[in-house]
Amino acid sequence: MKIHEFQAKEILRKAGVPVPKGIVARKPEEAAAAFRELGGKLAVVKAQIHAGGRGKGTIKSNSAQHGVQLVKSAEEASKVAAALLGQPLVTIQTGPEGQTVRQVLVEEGCDIARELYLGIVVDRAAAGPVLMVSAQGGMNIEDVAAETPELIFRERFHPDAGLLSYQARKLAAKLGLKGASVASAEKFMKRLCRVFVQLDCSLAEINPLVVTGAGDLIALDAKMTFDDNALFRHKDLAELRDLAEEEPAEVRAANAGLSYVKLDGNIGCLVNGAGLAMSTMDLILLHGGSPANFLDVGGGANVDQVTEAFRILLSDKNVKAVLVNIFGGIMRCTTIATAVMEAYKTVGFNVPLVVRLEGTEVEEGRKILAGGGLDIISATGLTDAAQKVVKAASAA
Amino acid sequence: MSILINKDTRVLCQGITGKVGQFHTKGCLEYGTKMVGGVTPGKGGETVLGLPVFDTVSEAVEKTGANATMIFVPPAFTADAILEAVDAGIKTVIAITEGVPVLDMVRVYEIVRNSQSVLVGPNCPGVITPEECKIGIMPGYIHKQGPIGVMSRSGTLTYEAVWQLSNLGLGQSTCVGLGGDPIVGTSFIDLFRMYEADPATEAILMMGEIGGTAEEEAAAFVKDHVTKPVAAFIAGRAAPPGKRMGHAGAIISGGKGTAAEKVAALKAAGIEVAESPADMGAAMQRAMAKKRR
Repeated sequence: MKIHEFQAKEILRKAGVPVPKGIVARKPEEAAAAFRELGGKLAVVKAQIHAGGRGKGTIKSNSAQHGVQLVKSAEEASKVAAALLGQPLVTIQTGPEGQTVRQVLVEEGCDIARELYLGIVVDRAAAGPVLMVSAQGGMNIEDVAAETPELIFRERFHPDAGLLSYQARKLAAKLGLKGASVASAEKFMKRLCRVFVQLDCSLAEINPLVVTGAGDLIALDAKMTFDDNALFRHKDLAELRDLAEEEPAEVRAANAGLSYVKLDGNIGCLVNGAGLAMSTMDLILLHGGSPANFLDVGGGANVDQVTEAFRILLSDKNVKAVLVNIFGGIMRCTTIATAVMEAYKTVGFNVPLVVRLEGTEVEEGRKILAGGGLDIISATGLTDAAQKVVKAASAA
Repeated sequence: MSILINKDTRVLCQGITGKVGQFHTKGCLEYGTKMVGGVTPGKGGETVLGLPVFDTVSEAVEKTGANATMIFVPPAFTADAILEAVDAGIKTVIAITEGVPVLDMVRVYEIVRNSQSVLVGPNCPGVITPEECKIGIMPGYIHKQGPIGVMSRSGTLTYEAVWQLSNLGLGQSTCVGLGGDPIVGTSFIDLFRMYEADPATEAILMMGEIGGTAEEEAAAFVKDHVTKPVAAFIAGRAAPPGKRMGHAGAIISGGKGTAAEKVAALKAAGIEVAESPADMGAAMQRAMAKKRR
């Protein structure tokens, strides 16, 4: 689960991790009021969307307006907010359509002497959380990792013991920090590691981590994502979810107990099992087609779920054909065939439907599909299914 | 032979009194698995499907001699259930549950790796040694006993592969579902080691997917330590970066964990890679033919 920068900073502030003072604004006049309340000579107005690259990104209809801008007066804060609010911001992470800005963060300016990078992830190879730091702050860390990996320093830590003091000192030394900054860094790192574990994060990234002229450390940006599997034990975090930042079809699918990811293509897929669902997308691609989505209907797949799944697939205007690919293990092919027939009738298909069934009660399942008097194309194997659905989509 | 489980394995079900636990215990019993009991705290003394239910794994082991467990406990309690089983001396712990918090698995992993137990999963379909023992949710009937060791991060994709193998007359020694989570108890490398040492396994088929570097690490291991023919399929070539594709572990992040990288690493290790999921059984045949020459 993702959250906004302003929400991450609030969490960090409560955990004793230094962040700049900031106020959220949803209207231009609120931005002006925020500037005045912060009381400084300058402030930064930052668009809040669930995507990175906001500083370099620009408003779709106004390429002169970046997602982050320094302002020197309340009036300027109001003007910039007006230019951002309600507008799609296009960044390297949003795709060409951009994401609509619904709030901005007005933040006090910062005395930046150095920009560092600090991030925590659960590393699979290490089978545990790892703290990474680099003196290459304010840059795309993936580029640093690709081009100069020796400039990234890592310390793994036990979730319950936390980051140990010597580890913090080791990393501070690698970052060239001296004097009072070392103690500041140790406190910062330990507290960030602690909140990462306490809140079951998947990622906590501070880029840039600023060292001020006075040698203090402050999080100029903060990105936190949370382990979806752990949200059950963080009800307050679950409330921070911003549905407006999520793909509506994906939200709808999740509510129906379906796993769905929207893609760009024109062949809708409905499959049981994530690995088989991914493989089905691959299969379509291999045969010259383009998948419109990933959809795992899971082990249940009753009539209601299949009906809702079809509705979601067909709500994508790009879809020109649909492939249902089921390997019935515990789930019987007769069950899925009946569900497909019912759903087909309820939803009213206007594109070709190819169904490939295999597994438990497959012959009976195929009979049900054939005998229903509906225009469903039956396929006998994976290759046959892919060829039929790609042909159907291109004929449309 | 086989790895991990066989006709003599004595199996408990933790969570047996729940609907799902009971349903799949029945499936395993019908397959011929030696299910010997179940554990649900507070329900000790009850009977489910003719099997005794205990309050603790420790008591269950003492009374039934169980040496394996199938865990169907809800995600909030799965880590605890795994640790209880390990503590009670259960050699083979198979956790089916999906939705276990990653940091719980971080804590469990360290303890399990330092114990005498093997953990498979979580978020996996289980393990089956065809015609001997099934611990999990897979459809028994598609499997045949034979020379292929199967390992996979996915459930239904494994069934596709097994179906193709069985239809080609290539039965399976054991099939292991590793699980779809980012941190799982048993890795591809662990299984390659086991299959390489198993006299009944002549060749190995592996199904991986996007996310993490387990397949790349396995490829390096195969190159230096595995003499038996290996074939593989990697799901997720069409997956976009940054999006979780169902499985918690199936996500390309920071540019790492792409299908293309995995396929390249496997090919470089001399592993026969199937281009299409329809080609997995055939890829295994090709790998075996190549090795024979």
